This record gives sequence, structure tokens and C-alpha cells, in this order.
Amino acid sequence: MRAKDRGPRVGIPLVVTMKDEKPKSSPEGGEAVQARRREFLQIIKRSAEFTEEVLKENERLRFRFAELDSRTHTSGDDGGLVRELMEKVRRLEEEREALTRRFKEVEAENKDFASRYLQIENENNNLLNIYVASYQLHSTLDFQEVLQIITEIILNFVGAECFAVGLVQEAGQGLRILALEGLEREQIGVIKAEDGVVGKVLKSGEPHFESTVDAGKEIDAAKPPICVPLRIKDQTIGVILIYRFLQQKKQLAPVDHELFTLLAGHAATAIFASKLYTDSKRKLNTIQGFLDLMTS
Amino acid sequence: MRQLIVFALRRLQTLKVTEADDGVDALRKLQATKFDILITDINMPIMDGLKLVSLVRKDAIHKDIPIVIITTEGAQEDRQRAMALGANAYITKPIQAPQVINTVKELLHL
Repeated sequence: MRAKDRGPRVGIPLVVTMKDEKPKSSPEGGEAVQARRREFLQIIKRSAEFTEEVLKENERLRFRFAELDSRTHTSGDDGGLVRELMEKVRRLEEEREALTRRFKEVEAENKDFASRYLQIENENNNLLNIYVASYQLHSTLDFQEVLQIITEIILNFVGAECFAVGLVQEAGQGLRILALEGLEREQIGVIKAEDGVVGKVLKSGEPHFESTVDAGKEIDAAKPPICVPLRIKDQTIGVILIYRFLQQKKQLAPVDHELFTLLAGHAATAIFASKLYTDSKRKLNTIQGFLDLMTS
Repeated sequence: MRQLIVFALRRLQTLKVTEADDGVDALRKLQATKFDILITDINMPIMDGLKLVSLVRKDAIHKDIPIVIITTEGAQEDRQRAMALGANAYITKPIQAPQVINTVKELLHL
């Protein structure tokens, strides 16, 4: 906007100068004229003074106007401030966006950590169960106690209601049932070690899992839904046969597979070691008795 | 199960665990000593867990003792019955060792 558009200009008053006029008639009239002339000159003089004052005022106002105009023009200061503030706003906005992004990242990281924490906690829980089971398995060399512990692990930690633990015998003799829970021996009968699910597991050394275990299904001793081999190195010495779970256990949990893996290795060695120890102890007693008999 | 739970509870080093052979043995031990918590199964020889709970709740010394039942009985009515008799927690098998530990810690404010 130009200066002239910015405000009102002060106008310069019109100054009129009058010519001297000759006296028209009598001396009286001449005096009167003189008086009027002086009066008139006085008026003119005042007018000139007034005009001068007005001009000064005009000048002062012009100066003031110019000053204000320049100040408005140098609104470069205000504009600069505004630009600076706008820049600051832009930077803050960028910072805010960066912080929002970072917040989202941290939030995602937190979620990730929380889920990993849960995962680790679950893993710890599983490990604790497995540790307890493992520790118990190797806590004794008494054969019957070992069988009792295996039974407790399967019942309490796996949640099986009907199950059996069997050892491989000579060919054609079927499994030798060592422990039985939730079933009568007559229900089991003779379980062949050569064919069916048991035969397959004994041959392959790999466990057999059916995805669902129907609690209402009639038990078929030869077709256990879950059959876990008891292995010492590459040799399978027996199997754990699970026929039914407790009613509140609907499906196998990941920890169950861990427990089965543990049982496959540790239960086998625990059974084998305790059996050897019990047999050797019995033999030692027999030999000792024999020696006592010889020396007495 | 007893051995497994005892082993798990020994992780709480502030606890001293006393084992009982059955409900009657548990009651005898409870009369002889003041205990902080009782953990029992339902299916036990001689005296079952529910009978034990009801008797303990009538005992002047142990009437307020926290009682945890760990059992294979997963039916809702069994749970309700046990809780009505005065059990504080009811855990069904299969058990998770940490679940037992956490329940005991919670009841004992450890």
C-alpha cells in the first residue's frame, strides 16, 4: 500500500492578498478608511501568522505521517517476527511429528517386549515344570519309586487320566506293563509290540500324537491316541501309552510335548538305571547270603 | 504329586514344608503345630480333602488358615463345593509349578 493511501493529507489553506484601494471621499472618511486599512492589515497579518502556523502544523503532520508510514513499511520487524515464529512453529511441528513417530516406535517396542516377556514367562513356567519333573526322575534309584514318579508326572503335569507304561520284552511276548493308571489290567490285555501304533513307535522311535483326544471314546489298548517311546540313545526300551486326559484338559499344550521329550529320554534312563540297581542289589544280597552260608 | 509340589514350594525359601500321608495325618500335624497354609488333594486315603477342609475350618487355631486344593476333579460343582467348605484356592491338574507357587505367594502375601 502506498503512503498516500494510508491516511488523510492535511490541505494548505488558500491565502488571498488584496490590492491597496485609494480613499474615496472626505478626510473623515479618509481616517475611517485608514482605520479600516490598519484593521484590514491586521487581519491580513494574523491570517499570515495563522497560515504560517498552519503550514508548520502541516509540516509537523507530514513528518509524523511519514514517520508512521515508514514504521508501517518497516513492519519488516513484525514480519520478521512472524516469520521467525512461523519457523519456530514449523520446527516444533516437525519435532512433534518426530516425537509422535518415536512414541509409536517405543509403544510398538513396548508391546514387543511385553509379548516377549510373556513368552519368556511361559518358557520359564515350562522349564520349571520340566526341571521339577527331571529332578524327581533322577532323585531315586528305587525302581518302584521311579515308576511312581513317572506316574505322577504323567498324571499331574501332563494331566492324563488313563495311561500305561510298558517295557519291550522278548519278541512275541507283547509289552510288559509296569505302571497303570485309570485302567484295569484286564482292559489292557496283551499289547503287541510288533504292529499297530505301538509297533510303529517302537520301530521309528518317534512319538505318536493324535491331534484330538476324545474323552468319551472307548479305550482301545492297541490304539493309544498318544504313544511316547522311552529311549536310551538309539534303543527304544518301552513306551508310555496315554488313552485319556482329565476332563478339564481339552488338548495338548506345548509344554506337554516338552514333557514327553523329557520323559522319552529321562524316564527311560531312570527306569533302566533303577532296574539295574535294584537287580544288582538283589544279586548282591544273594551273593552275600551265599558267601555267608559258605563261610558259616 | 506331593513330592512335586513340595519341590516346587521349596523354591519359596521362606517356607518350611511339612508333609502328611493322608487327611488324618494332616489333621494330627495341624493340631500339634501352627501352620501358615494348607495344601491338599481331594482324593486321599482314610480322609478325603473336603472332609479335612471342613474339620480344619472348625478348628480354633487353624480356622483362618489359607487352604489350597489341588485335584484332578475339574467339575464346576466340585470346585463350588470345596470353596463353600472354606477352601481359598482350587487348582485342577495338570498343574503348573508356577501356578502353585504364585497361589501360595498370593495367599501368604509374600
